[in-house]
Amino acid sequence: MGRYLLRRTFVLALSLIAAGLVLFVLLRLLPGDPSAALLSVGADEAQIAAAREQVGSDLPIWMQLGKFLSDLARFDLGKSFVSGAPVLPEIMARLSVTLPLTVASFLLAILIAVPLGIISALRADRWYGGLLSAVSQLGIAVPVFWIGILLIWIVAVKFRLLPASGFPMKGWEDAAGAFRALILPVVTIALVMLASLMRYVRSATFDVLGADYLRNARALGASFPQALIRHGIRNGAVPVISILGIELASTLLGAVVVERVFALPGLGSMLLLGIQQRDYPTVQGVLLVSTLMVLLIGFLADVIQRVIDPRLRETVTGR
Amino acid sequence: MKKTSLWIGAILVGINVVIALLTLVWLPYDPTAMSGGRLAAPSWAHWAGTDRLGRDYFTQVMIGARIALTVAVGAAALGGLIGTTLGVLAAFAQRGFDDALAATLDILIAFPTLLLAMLVVAASDGASLGTAILAIGIAMSAIIARLVRILTKRVLAQDYITAARCSGLGWGRIVLVHVLPNIAPTVLVAIALQFGLAVIAEASLSYLGLGAPPPNASWGQLLQSAQSTVFNAPIGVIAPGLALMALVLGINFLADGLRDLLDPERGAA
Repeated sequence: MGRYLLRRTFVLALSLIAAGLVLFVLLRLLPGDPSAALLSVGADEAQIAAAREQVGSDLPIWMQLGKFLSDLARFDLGKSFVSGAPVLPEIMARLSVTLPLTVASFLLAILIAVPLGIISALRADRWYGGLLSAVSQLGIAVPVFWIGILLIWIVAVKFRLLPASGFPMKGWEDAAGAFRALILPVVTIALVMLASLMRYVRSATFDVLGADYLRNARALGASFPQALIRHGIRNGAVPVISILGIELASTLLGAVVVERVFALPGLGSMLLLGIQQRDYPTVQGVLLVSTLMVLLIGFLADVIQRVIDPRLRETVTGR
Repeated sequence: MKKTSLWIGAILVGINVVIALLTLVWLPYDPTAMSGGRLAAPSWAHWAGTDRLGRDYFTQVMIGARIALTVAVGAAALGGLIGTTLGVLAAFAQRGFDDALAATLDILIAFPTLLLAMLVVAASDGASLGTAILAIGIAMSAIIARLVRILTKRVLAQDYITAARCSGLGWGRIVLVHVLPNIAPTVLVAIALQFGLAVIAEASLSYLGLGAPPPNASWGQLLQSAQSTVFNAPIGVIAPGLALMALVLGINFLADGLRDLLDPERGAA
């Protein structure tokens, strides 16, 4: 296990560097000079040259790369072209909205999807088993922002139970306000996530139900629930965990749409604004931080799978 | 059961295709003309009411079907073409190239379609129908390429490939005669499933203001502008959403049905 962790950490570091390079290249492939964000229409030669110097796009590409890497090593993500403020503190501030949003929706979705998925597989022949899988079919066929708008309409506009959008100016200092502001977005993401998770849990449960070890456990005298809890969950969880990792990562990054629906000042809306304003350091910084988190989630999912399933530990890693 | 899902899917998708084609030759109202009062409720004259400028809403939802299908078909064609080519090349390639491609694809897939699409839109000058197709197609090609790579490797390991090689068949012919026909069913089903995701991705992009600009209003854009008037005219939020749900649901049913038909091994699981 120790050697595996070491190896996996090494891979993690390598992928982060690779992702950073890919991002660097991608952003330099964009047409137009990054300094354009600083200039107004009709700027003269001298102004353009000054802007290019300020941004650093007058340097040769390899010097830009060197500066990018050395800044990165010092956790310096640069300053926004638009506001002039450093990018990293802004990202941290916005994470205080996006992280609770993502983690809470994720936990809520798991809490509901796992039991419902198992029930819909165990009782596939009953009406509610069929109903559950039909509902999850519907859930994967709608965009998350539509669910958000419908919830705003019913809960916030019609019944005025919760705020329709926005986040308290004081952030988490106004804890009650922040909490209320996040309820609808969390439910929105959780509903959509829960639909697809339920399908995976359902099919993992079907696999488990047909497995020999379950029949053997029953033959050795375990009751059906005992066999399912002792053997089924542990076996069924392995494929579901890798799906969970992917789901969590895509929620983190996909929060951009939900943040827009509810006008939340999160990481996603920062990225959207950065793209609209062609603010390269902001876009680059947000993407780097979110890539880091996506890679970390993948790392955790791999490690947890190994802890649960000893068979994965013994196989020689390689192709 | 298998046939039912194929039929439901075919009908739902069929309705959307017919409406999309219809908009090319006939529309109930001029989509840019003020044909009724502002935010009118649904009536016989205006099936889905009117928008805040008094334009017929049903007409706009119909046009949305065309936009959604255009982007999804374009993205699926692009993603399928690039993905299949890359996947086959990777399967044939030297180990170094194959490893590098596999690693790159894994990183790309870790990024959700929407984010990749946002980057492509940022890279091109302004959003349009073309950038939406390009963006979603590129994101899709990573998923298809990974699948095609694995499938092709599996086919290449078969004895009949060795036999074909021994009888002097070139690699180009082998790909055409043996590889592509063998992987086609599974790849087609994967593309069909991606097709539904492409419709949702397009709606999300245009909801964010990164899709095709008006007057080619897509469902995402209709939803975006209807959100602020939801209290007075909830139909504006309901109609495009239902249309979108019907299309994606239809595509998913069709894909499931196709899988049972073309790819019974995977369908049984």
